[in-house]
Amino acid sequence: MESPEQIRDRLLVQFPGAEISVVTNPGIAAQHSLLLGAAHARAIAEFLRDDPTLRLDQCSNVTGIDWPEKEIVETTNISTPDPANPAGPPTVVEQKTKRLQPGFLEVVYHLYSITHRHGPVIFRLRTGNRTDQATVPSLTPVWCSCEFQEREVFDLFGVTFVGHPDLRRILMWDEFKDHPMRRDYVEPDDYEWEPTPHGAVLEKTKAHYPTPPTPAAVAPVKGAAP
Amino acid sequence: MSVPDFSALNAERATPGARVREVHDSFHGDLLEVSMGPHHPSTHGVFRMIVTLDGETIVKLKPVFGYLHRNHEKLGETVTYLGSMPYTDRLDYLSSMTNNWAYALAVEKLAGQAVPERAEYVRVILAELTRLLNHTCLVGFLMQDCGCSGTPLMYAFREREYILDLFESLSGSRMMCNYQRFGGCRVDPSADWLAGAQKLTDRYGTFLDEFETLLTGNEIIMARTQGVGKLSPELAINAGVTGPMLRATGVNYDLRKVDAYGVYPRFDFRVPLGDHGDVYDRYMIRVLEMRESIKILQQALAGLPAGPIMDPKAKLRSFRPKAGEAYGRIEGPKGEIGFYLLSDGSPNPYRYRIRPPSFINLTVLEDMCLGHTVADAVIILGSVDIVLGEVDR
Repeated sequence: MESPEQIRDRLLVQFPGAEISVVTNPGIAAQHSLLLGAAHARAIAEFLRDDPTLRLDQCSNVTGIDWPEKEIVETTNISTPDPANPAGPPTVVEQKTKRLQPGFLEVVYHLYSITHRHGPVIFRLRTGNRTDQATVPSLTPVWCSCEFQEREVFDLFGVTFVGHPDLRRILMWDEFKDHPMRRDYVEPDDYEWEPTPHGAVLEKTKAHYPTPPTPAAVAPVKGAAP
Repeated sequence: MSVPDFSALNAERATPGARVREVHDSFHGDLLEVSMGPHHPSTHGVFRMIVTLDGETIVKLKPVFGYLHRNHEKLGETVTYLGSMPYTDRLDYLSSMTNNWAYALAVEKLAGQAVPERAEYVRVILAELTRLLNHTCLVGFLMQDCGCSGTPLMYAFREREYILDLFESLSGSRMMCNYQRFGGCRVDPSADWLAGAQKLTDRYGTFLDEFETLLTGNEIIMARTQGVGKLSPELAINAGVTGPMLRATGVNYDLRKVDAYGVYPRFDFRVPLGDHGDVYDRYMIRVLEMRESIKILQQALAGLPAGPIMDPKAKLRSFRPKAGEAYGRIEGPKGEIGFYLLSDGSPNPYRYRIRPPSFINLTVLEDMCLGHTVADAVIILGSVDIVLGEVDR
């Protein structure tokens, strides 16, 4: 099978101006992937499916990855010569610069060819950010197998797939607000008091129940005297 | 005829002609929306289908998931690589050994871990026993759904217990085996255990003969299942359907042959294929696959080499794979089960994703059920072979 670089070169001939780059996998598995721009993703996916030498007719796996924004601290050493003793060792001052790497959400597709029995060809789509531009084009019209998996990524990561025929929550209930698979997800603090030997839980319930009710008051024993 | 809110029916479709959505033409009365499940014995767990009926014909079917959702993938990010191994048992609790193997294979790919030959053979033996167990149970459940109340299911469960006894004596647990490790297996099977496995393999064919005498040529079962829930190979490929479901449509794609993982290339076995892609074919494929599994088991038990069961260099404690990602997949009894792992060099995976075969096989449930009756939907769902622990994760 062609390497990701060869596929990229062929795609660039087919789609001039498309954003395609190879993401190298530093691990031992060395499954490298292609990073596609949103503008041409749908057309490229159709090309990958229909191209006679690739024929990636099965989209096996669709998954999301959350990359929250990261503060990167870069340390640079600035050495200034000592004014009193120019020939001596210079004084070294460490300077730290902070840089904020913007966060984004990523959707990864694993493609295989059943016709030619090769694969995987992996490609990724990235959203603009994690809040108001969390959209990528849907590939369900190209491979039906994306239908439920993209709904799952929408549900758990909050990526909106533009062009999906039926984009609803799939595992969580419809009224649920947050996206549990995001790295910064905080589980809701909706505890009900119940007798427990766990100190951490008792500590948490204090906010809700300053004076813990007695077990009998929470669940009256059936048949007990009033 | 106007049908309200059928957005998915009119949605643009991938390959023209591949996914035909038919809506019943004889539209005489009101449509009736029925909620099948989540507490219904035929839905194999807490699964729900919202079925829209015209008379008794299904014109729309929307599966509803999530009643057993526990965010398994998030859990996998909070524990170490080894810590996820017992959780994989709880995915598809009928085939925990293959789940273990799929996960171990993905981690071994990620970390570049070698596996000794004896462990590879033991893995094949356990995977094929799991396939026997899973397919036997599936046939039992499918026949229960068809209305053969009790007998085939009890026969299947009797045989299942013999296999589970083997699993219990090897791993300590009937269903939650937690047996595979990165770079081998947890315990070495004893000579007695291997003799027990050999005995079971030798007489399993007799049980299958008995089972088939009861079911395969049965006129009622043929009338009930043939031509029901047909699936075209084009749609099956496009919708990511894998495993016996895909092969019942006639597509020759078995990961044991395609990926040739483990020591499968050393064994002589065939891949059974169906002609029509209906419920009967899916039943028949499973029976024939069990016969092939017995052949593999005989060869693996005869050729089991001596040697270590764990790679001596394998690391279990403070296991930190290099940063990178890997996708590993094997042919589970239900289809392609895969694990996608993303490591950032820490003891926990940054991303831990399961490719659940029965969840993705349900993509075509609506396509198979349209135009059939409610009673057919029950057996079509039964022939997909789902376990909700894996669908909802």
